[in-house]
Amino acid sequence: MLSRVAERIYWMGRYLERAESTARLVNVNSHLLLDLPKGVTLGWWPLIEITGRQDLFNEHYDEATEKMVVKFLVADIKNYSSLTSSIYSARENARTIRDIIPSEAWEKINELFDFVKESLPGGLLRKKRFSFLQDVISCIQQITGLLAGTMLHDVGYDFLQLGCNLERADMTTRIVDVRSESILTEQTEDLTPFEQFQWVSVLHSMSAYQGYRQEVPGIIKSDNVLRFLMQNRHFPRSFAHCIGEAKSCLLNLPNSKTLVVRVSTILNKIDELKFDKLDDDSLPLLIDELQIELGELNQFITQAYFSLERTQKPRNKSRQVTELRAL
Amino acid sequence: MSIRWKEYQAQDLFDELVFPSGRARKCAAPLCRYLSKLSDDELQERRVASELAIKSMGITFTVYSEEEGSIDRMWPFDIVPRIIEKKEWDQIQAGLKQRVKALNMFIDDIYHEQTIIKEGILPAELFEGSKNFREQCVGVNPPFGIWAHICGSDLVRDADGTVYVLEDNLRVPSGVSYMLENRHVMKRVFPEMFENYKIQPVNEYPSQLYETLAALSPRNISEPEIAVLTPGIYNSAYFEHAYLAQQMGAELVEGTDLMVDSDDCVYMKTVEGLTRVDVIYRRIDDEFLDPEVFNSDSMLGIPGLMRAWKKGKVALANAPGAGVADDKVIYAFVPKMIEYYLNETAMLPNVPTYVCLYKEERDYVLENISKLVVKPANESGGYGMLIGPHAKKDEREKFKRLIQRDPRNYIAQPMLTLSTTPTLVDNHVEPRHLDLRPFVLSGEKIFVTTGGLTRVALKKGSTVVNSSQGGGSKDTWIVDMGV
Repeated sequence: MLSRVAERIYWMGRYLERAESTARLVNVNSHLLLDLPKGVTLGWWPLIEITGRQDLFNEHYDEATEKMVVKFLVADIKNYSSLTSSIYSARENARTIRDIIPSEAWEKINELFDFVKESLPGGLLRKKRFSFLQDVISCIQQITGLLAGTMLHDVGYDFLQLGCNLERADMTTRIVDVRSESILTEQTEDLTPFEQFQWVSVLHSMSAYQGYRQEVPGIIKSDNVLRFLMQNRHFPRSFAHCIGEAKSCLLNLPNSKTLVVRVSTILNKIDELKFDKLDDDSLPLLIDELQIELGELNQFITQAYFSLERTQKPRNKSRQVTELRAL
Repeated sequence: MSIRWKEYQAQDLFDELVFPSGRARKCAAPLCRYLSKLSDDELQERRVASELAIKSMGITFTVYSEEEGSIDRMWPFDIVPRIIEKKEWDQIQAGLKQRVKALNMFIDDIYHEQTIIKEGILPAELFEGSKNFREQCVGVNPPFGIWAHICGSDLVRDADGTVYVLEDNLRVPSGVSYMLENRHVMKRVFPEMFENYKIQPVNEYPSQLYETLAALSPRNISEPEIAVLTPGIYNSAYFEHAYLAQQMGAELVEGTDLMVDSDDCVYMKTVEGLTRVDVIYRRIDDEFLDPEVFNSDSMLGIPGLMRAWKKGKVALANAPGAGVADDKVIYAFVPKMIEYYLNETAMLPNVPTYVCLYKEERDYVLENISKLVVKPANESGGYGMLIGPHAKKDEREKFKRLIQRDPRNYIAQPMLTLSTTPTLVDNHVEPRHLDLRPFVLSGEKIFVTTGGLTRVALKKGSTVVNSSQGGGSKDTWIVDMGV
């Protein structure tokens, strides 16, 4: 498989996943808002923090109101991780690999793009937003289903899965990071009654609620939720599951030895964590560490498979990967 | 209400489907009958179905404009097909084969002995101004002596029914994917017509293209590595590049995917490492192929590609330099080429052409410019031409000056009365002008597409069929009506 093609499949996977998780994030926050008792102010700002685009937001918007945040996350093309931008990028990547992905999947991605274009800005109105975002989610799931069911499960599919799982792992760490800081900012006194809401909404934003209930008995507590979201091997959006999937993809790829070692190290680190012993400061630190690991992993995958230099010979490749480890 | 053929104004020119009386030609009768039975609603349903199919299949072309950058547009398509009887098509097909055979012999001669010039058939002074002659190609021997492996010749029909060759595209002709996709759309829209007609299939093209390209492989292996080289997604024909690569199971590559190694072989970069490429179906122009030899700022090309090609380590289709016969001045000599190389008379006539380099012909052109179509020798896509009868006075004056300044670069042709065909406009049909671009594959064997791409001017009275300038297309049916 051509390096460029592999790269575009990988990014198509990432962008589709990013669009889906953004849609879910916005929908769940809207719902959480309805469950809160009167007098409790719920911030939309944490959503900006989750996506890590605070500076860009502040540059173009005055206030983190519901309207502004939703516009920024869903429709703003200046925000390159917005839902619209992600779908646009997924389509642009798909467009260049039309000869690789099944044509039905291309057609669906194309339709999704048109659907989003036609539904905005009306789809942002509170009345229509839920069903609009729900439609986007189910369309993306249709696409991933189509790809799983019709695309050749060769290295191309491994790159797709790799992209999708790393994006998911990334989103999971972001959600855990921001949400565990508490969404009910400045409501420190009476936090306990709302803790349930908070964690239930976190679970919902990752479609994890049902899974959690099946796997974890008892009341919803923060350490149980964290354990589930970070360590559970059965829940497809848990950090450990995503990294485990990424590892199996890498095992299928050529010359992946050092990358596999890297991923295994991350997995071991996660497995050994004790969430009930984490204090308030160590969780953010841990998350930062994991985010850096993910960023580096992306970089190493890029170097190993996507950005081969023109002058490079095949036999040099293993050397390049060894050099990476030295970094 | 439905289509009333009696109200169709075929006028005095040649209509592909209908006689001036409103009676359908034999090959079109079943179609016309069928269409007139459809109600307005049914007709609109079909049109909407075709638009939906095009949209969801993502059939697009890219238009580049300075103001807006590149825009992806839906492929404009008309649901009323263009029909040609197989009997007539067989003759056209034979004429095309003859023509392309002679053109390839001409290119091979030009890069070797140049006997056609030495023997005075093609005047040396005419040849000297040829922009697409590539010195770097002199003496190269591509497999089978074939240079133009893929040729798209534009055919038009005049008022008396004669089919002329308007031009030959020997560089990187495009459009064949639309021919194939148009058929897919039609099968979704009018499935019943395919049961009632003997419509010749068009879908052999991708396998024939594969066969043509594979035969050029320098390595004698059962599955040579074939790559389609595209300038990238912003090229107007990118859709086609991706489509053909997919249909052939070839790699779609960009310049940055390829490299020429010290062994002069071409490799593509894959996740496993480097893989040797045997045949490149290149869809980028000569000047951008190899920055070492041609345009040194080209980001699209591959340094060393010409070296690899000259040494026979990789095959290029079309071969560099094939465009030498794509020149509209050279075009004027094709009938003579056919006589010279094949000792045959041209089966498909050229449109009479005035070569402005010759004083006598130039004077005629300057005097009669309002009756003529003036074309630059080396442009495609309908750019830079003047349609005398429709042009304003200052445009005509501008072209007169252009011709006088650079006579070698211009030819002129009488304004043909292009044939028309019924085209859906709202709820009725109106005549619209059209042409036909068949594609000819040459290599070990010669293949001609069944029909080709019919392009139609969607604007009333217009004869400009290029998709970049408001043209659309139709499915082309070659139908066997028996004896």
